[in-house]
Amino acid sequence: MSPKKENLNTKTLLDCKKACVVQVTKLNAKDELKQRLISFGIMKEATIEVLEYAPAKSTIEVKVGKMRIALRDKEAALIEVEKI
Amino acid sequence: MIDMQGKSCPVIANHVKVALVGQPNVGKSMLINSVSNAHLHVGNFSGVTVDKTEVLFDYKEYHFTVVDLPGTYAFTDYTIEERVTHDYLCAEDYDIIINVVDSTNLAKNLQLTSELLTMSKKVVIALNMSDEAEKEGIEVNAEYMSELLGVPCVKVSAATKMGIEELIDEVLLTHEHDKETSKLIFSEPVEEEIARIVWYLDKHKYEAINSYRNIAINLLKNNKKTYEKLHDNPIWTELQPILIEAARHIELHHDSDDIKESFAEEYASFNRGIVAEVVQQKTKIEKKTLTEKIDSVLIHPFLGIPIFLFFMWGLFQLTFEVGAIPMEYIDGFFSWFGDTIGSTIANDDIRSLIVDGIIAGVGAVVLFVPNIIILFIGIALLESTGYMSRVAFLLDGFFHKCGLHGQSFIPLVTGFGCSIPAYMSARILKNDRDRLLTLFIIGFMSCGARLPVYVLFAGAFFSPEMAGNVLFIIYISGAMIGLVAAKILKLTAFKGVDEPFVMEMPKYRLPSVKLIWHTVLTKTMMYLKKAGTFIAAASMLVWFLSNYPHNVVLEEKYGVKIENTVNEDEKRVFENQLAVDLLEQSYLGTIGKFSEPIFAPLGFDWKMSVALQTGLAAKEVVVSTLGVLYSLGADVDEENNSLINAISKNISFASAIAFIVVIMIYLPCLAASVVFTREAGHIKYFFYLLAFTSIAAYSLAFIAYNVVLYFS
Repeated sequence: MSPKKENLNTKTLLDCKKACVVQVTKLNAKDELKQRLISFGIMKEATIEVLEYAPAKSTIEVKVGKMRIALRDKEAALIEVEKI
Repeated sequence: MIDMQGKSCPVIANHVKVALVGQPNVGKSMLINSVSNAHLHVGNFSGVTVDKTEVLFDYKEYHFTVVDLPGTYAFTDYTIEERVTHDYLCAEDYDIIINVVDSTNLAKNLQLTSELLTMSKKVVIALNMSDEAEKEGIEVNAEYMSELLGVPCVKVSAATKMGIEELIDEVLLTHEHDKETSKLIFSEPVEEEIARIVWYLDKHKYEAINSYRNIAINLLKNNKKTYEKLHDNPIWTELQPILIEAARHIELHHDSDDIKESFAEEYASFNRGIVAEVVQQKTKIEKKTLTEKIDSVLIHPFLGIPIFLFFMWGLFQLTFEVGAIPMEYIDGFFSWFGDTIGSTIANDDIRSLIVDGIIAGVGAVVLFVPNIIILFIGIALLESTGYMSRVAFLLDGFFHKCGLHGQSFIPLVTGFGCSIPAYMSARILKNDRDRLLTLFIIGFMSCGARLPVYVLFAGAFFSPEMAGNVLFIIYISGAMIGLVAAKILKLTAFKGVDEPFVMEMPKYRLPSVKLIWHTVLTKTMMYLKKAGTFIAAASMLVWFLSNYPHNVVLEEKYGVKIENTVNEDEKRVFENQLAVDLLEQSYLGTIGKFSEPIFAPLGFDWKMSVALQTGLAAKEVVVSTLGVLYSLGADVDEENNSLINAISKNISFASAIAFIVVIMIYLPCLAASVVFTREAGHIKYFFYLLAFTSIAAYSLAFIAYNVVLYFS
């Protein structure tokens, strides 16, 4: 696999477009934030749908299960996902 | 604490202490309200209940104490409220847990449930919002779920009061019987390790209140308290290698280096199993739920913020326009009431105390009840529909740039109603620095008690068509100044790393009329009660200070002058002059004159200076003080008896603007200051706040005064 292709595969939640449905592969968050994400259901193998972006893509609304969650761009960039 | 019956429970055998636990926004407070007819605050966002609240009630032969704990997503200490819940559940003494879950979103709610099940406590699950679930075509098989989990599950609806009695009966039944062993089972590797630790504890006859299984799970989950307990025990030396090996085993199984994450996955897969067994989605799920359809407009990247601003503008328009309608009648009533009462009192001093002191002061405050009611309805709607979280989402980017957290929006908006609950709701912010910063900014959001001052001045200086816009501008510019202040504080006093923003966006709910009515009624009654007690007392004090000491020399001098003139107009002039001179040499006049030089650069006369100072007790007192001072003071001719007219006649436009600026920014009332100090955690923060707001208020008012002077 060429390095370029690998880069394409490891994309984060922030790279996803609106209405995109993805699966979480890895959480790069640390300690407390990771716990927080997990307690919201954002964990490995969870399915996430991107619902909306706030102006300037500063905040993103996603759907996990039936729960809608708002995340900041920084946090979204810590969630590695793959398309399903 | 709320004691519903107004009596305390005697300590007898039939006492059941229940801990009410659930994720945020699943209707715990509403459930407690329908169980006991209590009136706890209910809203549609996480973090309404910030501290534990106890409610007492009797049922059958039992005395119940229900402790409503703040919502928590999982057993973590992320926010202060979560810590409150976690500490309570682990350390306090109670008999049974009612775990409230949202039936429409069981998968997510069970995450907390499964953690509760690993504790050695009796649990009853309340499947709340069953009516809503039914409407959405979700069927939960409660009996099967009880069987699978090994704890009773009861379908309830706090909103329609369905199943409440069954729930309490089930709690009693569970309370009377021995605890069933929980049926929560982990994956094979985890169970293997639990068995190994349990076997080890059993071998050494380790003494503990909790079950060995419970201790084993806690050890595997790296629970600090369990570690601390075992650490000093001789068996630790042998136990430690077992734990290290166990952790490696489990982490290997989950392909992760984080044992907590591994356990979360364990719970999640158990929960997936439960949901698959007991939940049936009858109707097909629509591609877009109603909430998402509404959201596509309300949080639209471009339209979202203008829509929000429009709502706020509309609210303040309504506040002024509709609020002004009954004002005339209230004003008329109080002057009629004052005249009627006054004519029955012979003694001059007592009549003046009653009419010019109490009735004028209280009347000035009651006058604004209609405005207050409208503002409170607006805030209650914002809280209960779920729109609040949307605005937090829209504004986070902007707030973030100002050094605030998107979630600061919730306490800040609450601050438009009253600063006290706002200070308390700042607890939803996890980080102490963010929380302190928000606490400092809340005062910039003009509270309901300041509204009367604004309405008074807007009415005095602007046409009725403009007054609503002026109110809107005052509130928005207060908020803007707050944001700038936040940025300054963030760059200086509260430097530090940014906290993450991860927030649930609740489903939109149509607020019940009853709920809104109740919230607004309670708040309005509180306002009126304050008017009848605190404000009345303050008005008496202000009246006393403005009437004493009596100056016999002045009275005689003018008395002779008045008697000697025949001309009615001249008589009135002398009477007015007497009133003015008397007021100026009174105690209040002395205080006012003393502080006048300080406020002179802002264009305030001594009456305004005094009103600002009495306003430190409560913002309503500003209006009542002005009411007393101007009803005694210069203008006593008949056509001009209303306070609005007195203000527009006696105060220049520039001074009025400067006055509004000071009211917007300076220290909140006494009660709020006390709560601020408590929430901030140290008295020094109060002095910081005092210095910060005073300097900001003074300098901005000075700028505003001179700018307006320059242009007019």
